[in-house]
Amino acid sequence: MTEPTIFELSRPNRKGIRFPAPDVPLSELPKEFLREELPLPEVPENEVIRHFTNISQLNHAVDIGFYPLGSCTMKYNPKINEETSRLPGFSQIHPLQPVETVQGALGLMHETQRWLAEISGFNTVSLQPAAGAHGELTGVLIIRAYHRSRGDTKRTKMLVPDSAHGTNPASSAMSGMKIIELTSDDRGNIDLDALKAECDDTLAGIMITNPNTLGLFDENIIEACQLVHESGGLVYGDGANMNALLGIYKPAEMGIDVMHFNLHKTFATPHGGGGPGSGPVGVIEELADFLPAPLVVMTSAGDEDNPAFYDLINPEQTIGRVKSFHGHFSIIVRAFTYMLSLGKNGLKDVAIHAVLNANYIQALVKDVYHIPYERTCMHEFVAEGKWEDAPGIRALDISKRLIDFGFHPPTNYFPLIVHEALMIEPTETETKETMDAFVDALLQIANEAKTDPDILHNAPTKAPFGRLDEVKAAKELILKTQLPEDY
Amino acid sequence: MYTSHTQADREAMLKTIGVDKVEDLFQCLPDEGKFPQLALPEGITEMEALDELQYISSVNETPQELISFLGAGAYNHYIPAGVDSILRRSEFYTAYTPYQPEIAQGTLQSIFEYQSLIAALTGMDVANASHYDGATAVAEAVNMAYHNFRGRRKKIVLSPTVHPQYRDTIHTYTKGMDLEIVGENLKPEAGPDELISLIDDQTALVLVQYPDFFGRIYDLTKLSEAAHAEKALLSVHINPIALGLIKPPSEFDADIVTGEGQPLGIPMAFGGPYLGLFATKNQYVRKMSGRLAGETVDTQGQRGYVLTLSTREQHIRREQATSNICTNQGLIALASTVYLSLLGKNGLQELASLNYHKAHYAAERISTVPGFMVNPLQPFFNEFVVHCPLPAAEINKLLMAHDILGGYDLGQDYPDLTHELLVAVTEMNSRSEIDFMVEVLEEETHD
Repeated sequence: MTEPTIFELSRPNRKGIRFPAPDVPLSELPKEFLREELPLPEVPENEVIRHFTNISQLNHAVDIGFYPLGSCTMKYNPKINEETSRLPGFSQIHPLQPVETVQGALGLMHETQRWLAEISGFNTVSLQPAAGAHGELTGVLIIRAYHRSRGDTKRTKMLVPDSAHGTNPASSAMSGMKIIELTSDDRGNIDLDALKAECDDTLAGIMITNPNTLGLFDENIIEACQLVHESGGLVYGDGANMNALLGIYKPAEMGIDVMHFNLHKTFATPHGGGGPGSGPVGVIEELADFLPAPLVVMTSAGDEDNPAFYDLINPEQTIGRVKSFHGHFSIIVRAFTYMLSLGKNGLKDVAIHAVLNANYIQALVKDVYHIPYERTCMHEFVAEGKWEDAPGIRALDISKRLIDFGFHPPTNYFPLIVHEALMIEPTETETKETMDAFVDALLQIANEAKTDPDILHNAPTKAPFGRLDEVKAAKELILKTQLPEDY
Repeated sequence: MYTSHTQADREAMLKTIGVDKVEDLFQCLPDEGKFPQLALPEGITEMEALDELQYISSVNETPQELISFLGAGAYNHYIPAGVDSILRRSEFYTAYTPYQPEIAQGTLQSIFEYQSLIAALTGMDVANASHYDGATAVAEAVNMAYHNFRGRRKKIVLSPTVHPQYRDTIHTYTKGMDLEIVGENLKPEAGPDELISLIDDQTALVLVQYPDFFGRIYDLTKLSEAAHAEKALLSVHINPIALGLIKPPSEFDADIVTGEGQPLGIPMAFGGPYLGLFATKNQYVRKMSGRLAGETVDTQGQRGYVLTLSTREQHIRREQATSNICTNQGLIALASTVYLSLLGKNGLQELASLNYHKAHYAAERISTVPGFMVNPLQPFFNEFVVHCPLPAAEINKLLMAHDILGGYDLGQDYPDLTHELLVAVTEMNSRSEIDFMVEVLEEETHD
């Protein structure tokens, strides 16, 4: 199955595209700066296309089959969104064009800000952050700026529950915060006593994911936010799990002050094999002035004769830019198309079916796979991939065996507080038949684990590749094609 | 709309779960605020959505309606049809980060090839799987240098001719780091050698752009020697198309090379998503943030690829990680991989020369208009500064009346440069477009 690399397909003097000859007189080239060697491959167009088409077929993807990868929300990516994002009026405009010439784009961004604000209950939304982790960095910098604007410079302590995504502590550390890990209680909620012990005048805030990474709605959320607020801290919401809350509950109503959205999870923009994402940030009114620059505002609402007018502004106390230009615009077009297509009831339907599907799978497997925090789950749940009567079987083995059934495995080894975690998120877009087949596979694998564990240890056998040697990769560290000396 | 359950499905599933109605699944949520009425419209069909979005997009004016000489960090280049044809393969775009390598070799091999191409283009030992864009790649270079000296060296020497938005981003990213950033107050006309006197034994990083924000090409040899004499790192931000023609920064012994990858087959799309290129020397590979694909073998001995060195990353190291980056620009990196594969060595050289010649023709022609000046001695690539007889903002307005996007008004970022216009010329600008702009300038500024 091994496909040559694009460099190995190269032969001297082949090319995949030609450009027109210059229609201007030639100028003298800057001799002292000229490049001598340019070791790029030389491959004709048809071979380039065949190469990338061939390797594409080695992937599993949402359009191929079920992808219940917990915390990633691998829902169907509607095709219309791909079309609208590629309309020339969107794809060909330059980010620094005069605002008069890009009123459509600015209006679309303004509407997206408004929709996200209405869905979440926040006062203002910035579309600039490029991804979830980037939104976290933005949000924590906003919290930092808020405290400093009040002369409250000693507030540098950020609380992060032990169930949090690794990006949470990393984002806080990048912002100069000191991280304190909070334990969860025996129902998977924030431990209020542990929280109380940290609530003092050095508290900058807390980073909360709700529903949390166990897929559970935190039953202590209102009280936890109150405690943090009473001690002068702010609450950051990781919006990774917003798919469970669309039209169900507004995060701002829980007491969250600043939150990022993942347009590539909740709003159906494709994951692209690891990006590009988009991580807009919503804030309460008191924090709006700290949002990253620039923000889209409507400067005139328009009337019968004149359309509304939109402009870009820098909030007065802005934390500054977090990237160049205005955010991942073409991802925003996809998300806007999605929201517009669904409307208010369609959005609520998403959450209801996401939660229904997760609970359905949980109900069918819970007698065989131990669920450490067994409650009604939200859009995902975490099971344990181990049994006392199947020693030597790990969650990873179950995952690799699922590949043989044509399914993408669940998320493994996360959250860290569950041993041998299998985190399962079906999303709303799967049929009952698909989920039934997945459950059948899980039950068969549990049986195999106890009766014929080698099937699991040797899996996958029906994928294009067997298990890959990660130790060798890290030890030998080959990070680019090794070219022959005379290339 | 994208859900499939019938009423019968729902009832069967609820029965399995053991509840009566879907609302019961939300019992643990606070009653107050539950099931809000959203002040949003009802959904619409695909036909209606397309119609609506077509209308909105038609309100924007594109380079199809306008002649554009606007660059300043985003460039109008031709995108070969093959690029989008591969991006539209849903095996690529509907996959996630390749955590299960047995069923993600397409993504992993494409990342590995991307790393190989960027390393070859920049002349560096190793490239990562990308950052969000040029601005964040530059900010991550600062982050890497800071961590390289374990936070003990606090000084960053930053050229005033690094893109103003990238410099803004550096300031935002480093707010919690207690750094001293110097150099930005130097006169923008200054070349890289003016930075040398600022470098000392507290300097972690010297950061320049090549060609710089004004399009100028400089020899960085002396600056590099000065930085290395103090054991500071040198980071060079590049335009990838320029490297088809001019020496890569590796020849100046750069330690880090970053770049905005947008010119490599990525639509301008009002600013994103773009692509942050990031490459370094082997000795710094463990200090570099971002994903990395590495070569290995599977149980049958087949060559394959996995994500590697993840012990640097946030999902393992949490607050000790080198950066919080998680998702990167996977599909956009793929676009540039296909683009560089199609152009290859000859195509990129041809394209870079074409840009060079067209830009120099434009500079020469504009210089003939009374009151307009381009420094004839300064080497540049495809972008250059024009000194205008009127404020650049006014020149842009005059040009706009003729449907020409003139260029970037440098007065917006450099208070002393109100009369300077930054003009970009690519293969998309025909000779007749250039001649037309020159004609308009002659007419409009004629006394």
